[in-house]
Amino acid sequence: MDIKKIIEEKGKKPENAIQILKEVQKINNYKYLSSPQIKIIADELGLSESKIVSLLSFYTLITEKYRGKYVIQICTNVSCYVNGSNNIVKEFEKELGIKMGETTSDGLFTLEYTSCIGCCNIAPAIRIGNKKFGELTPQKIQAIISKCRENL
Amino acid sequence: MEENIILTKHINKINPMAIDDYIKVNGYEALKKVLKDDPLNIIKEIKESALRGRGGAAFNTGIKMESVYNEKETDKYVICNADEGEPGNFKDRYLMENNPHQLIEGIIIAGYAVGSTKAHIYIRGEYDKSKNILMHALKEAKERGFLGSNIIGSNFNYEIEIFSGMGSYVCGEETALIESIEGKVGRPRIKPPFPTVKGLFDKPTLLNNVETLSNIPYIVLNGGSKYASIGTESSKGTMLISLSGNVKRSGVFEVPFGTSIKYIIGVLGETTFEKIKMIQLGGPSGPIIPLEMVDLKIDIDAMRKSNLSIGSGAIIVIDNHFNMFEILRKNIRFFEHESCGKCTPCREGIRQIRYILSLFVNNLANQSDLAMLEELTHYISETSFCGLGQAATNSVASTLKYFRSEYEMRIKK
Repeated sequence: MDIKKIIEEKGKKPENAIQILKEVQKINNYKYLSSPQIKIIADELGLSESKIVSLLSFYTLITEKYRGKYVIQICTNVSCYVNGSNNIVKEFEKELGIKMGETTSDGLFTLEYTSCIGCCNIAPAIRIGNKKFGELTPQKIQAIISKCRENL
Repeated sequence: MEENIILTKHINKINPMAIDDYIKVNGYEALKKVLKDDPLNIIKEIKESALRGRGGAAFNTGIKMESVYNEKETDKYVICNADEGEPGNFKDRYLMENNPHQLIEGIIIAGYAVGSTKAHIYIRGEYDKSKNILMHALKEAKERGFLGSNIIGSNFNYEIEIFSGMGSYVCGEETALIESIEGKVGRPRIKPPFPTVKGLFDKPTLLNNVETLSNIPYIVLNGGSKYASIGTESSKGTMLISLSGNVKRSGVFEVPFGTSIKYIIGVLGETTFEKIKMIQLGGPSGPIIPLEMVDLKIDIDAMRKSNLSIGSGAIIVIDNHFNMFEILRKNIRFFEHESCGKCTPCREGIRQIRYILSLFVNNLANQSDLAMLEELTHYISETSFCGLGQAATNSVASTLKYFRSEYEMRIKK
């Protein structure tokens, strides 16, 4: 679906900017908004590009930073932390060969910290796309990565 | 305690994707009842129940509804705050995913009572499943005529729209949330005017948490006085507790106000006490108490008198092999990241607190750092613009009080 169609569907008003950005980010195979896309949205809504960028930098679920196809968000808030989230971080870093905040060279995976995802009852937990995984141990990480590679 | 269960009574017994299951357990009966009634009677009933907001501020819900009712504008809004972002809390998610119609019925009744025709549910972007369940439930409610035009044959029309949050904790603050629905960066507004007077698009707005609104069908059907017979003098009804951390059985538990933390952790959480060092109440914005205070009872006003709060109901249990300063630094980093940057005490002060905590983590702090930490903690909570900054240092302040010796032990001699 192209950007103008999304804008039309959501309603061509500045107040719909956040929801439009979210939808446009979805059409990217890689989970971010590119500068040409930002320009189109700004022009269509009659907003400045800086206004759009300020939204992108404020809200963590929309971004102009290049991210991989699978964004792995790891929760390390207290409930997850006291249940071993640090080991989960280490295991992902080891398995993917990247550090938190980085993207693999094939563009498949990005590692990110996330704020609490409300899965404290199954801590430690992570979120990939719209799926959540809980009660994780380092032993379970490899299988999750393989599943992504096979297209989740 | 079976008779004291209100919100979770039907959970796991009904299918959240089937409206008929909810209807079978008296679902939407409260709505049918109110549509024949004067809105003022509903507000009277809610006031009698003494229901207080479950988002953390614990404001009297009936009084809030009355303020919106009294506004003379034609356009009024209801907003359901489902932006459950405080780490350690997952009870709103539990309610939305297991009994969505209870919430939807509560929202429609609240809307009818205050004279609104449209509601927004502001749900966290991270809550994909909750959102899908709610969307399905809204569709079902509309098909059955509980939403839309001429609801169940009356002349009352109502619409509920879902707004997806985009990952910002401060948007749980009511005025930041309103800014966000208006498509802007979620920075809080100055109060007054309160949202009840000038809220969404500057119209009178009733803004309540998921749990608060979910209580409304019960109160309408059973009467405010029945609800007020549960709980304590200052806190009526039940509260949902999100229990997590180092416990054997974590999860959401509904308890009447007046229940002790000891009962929640020991009996409901099936956890023994010998390894517990700290208990954090409410989440990172709440106080950390030592095990010796485990007999404390959940009671809004009694806790406030001791400078404590249960916030929106999280209890996080932390074992004795964790470093207290590491936990505190996690709490503070969270606020450093989530601060919207609007006011200086929050934006800059929290950063300084994190810096001093790092000195304590690394055994590099001296006496003047401790004094500075105390001073900053006080100033940030007193001078921050909104609730985020005001509450950000609670965990530090409470440990300065209850775990003083840990600080002193780490000071360089």
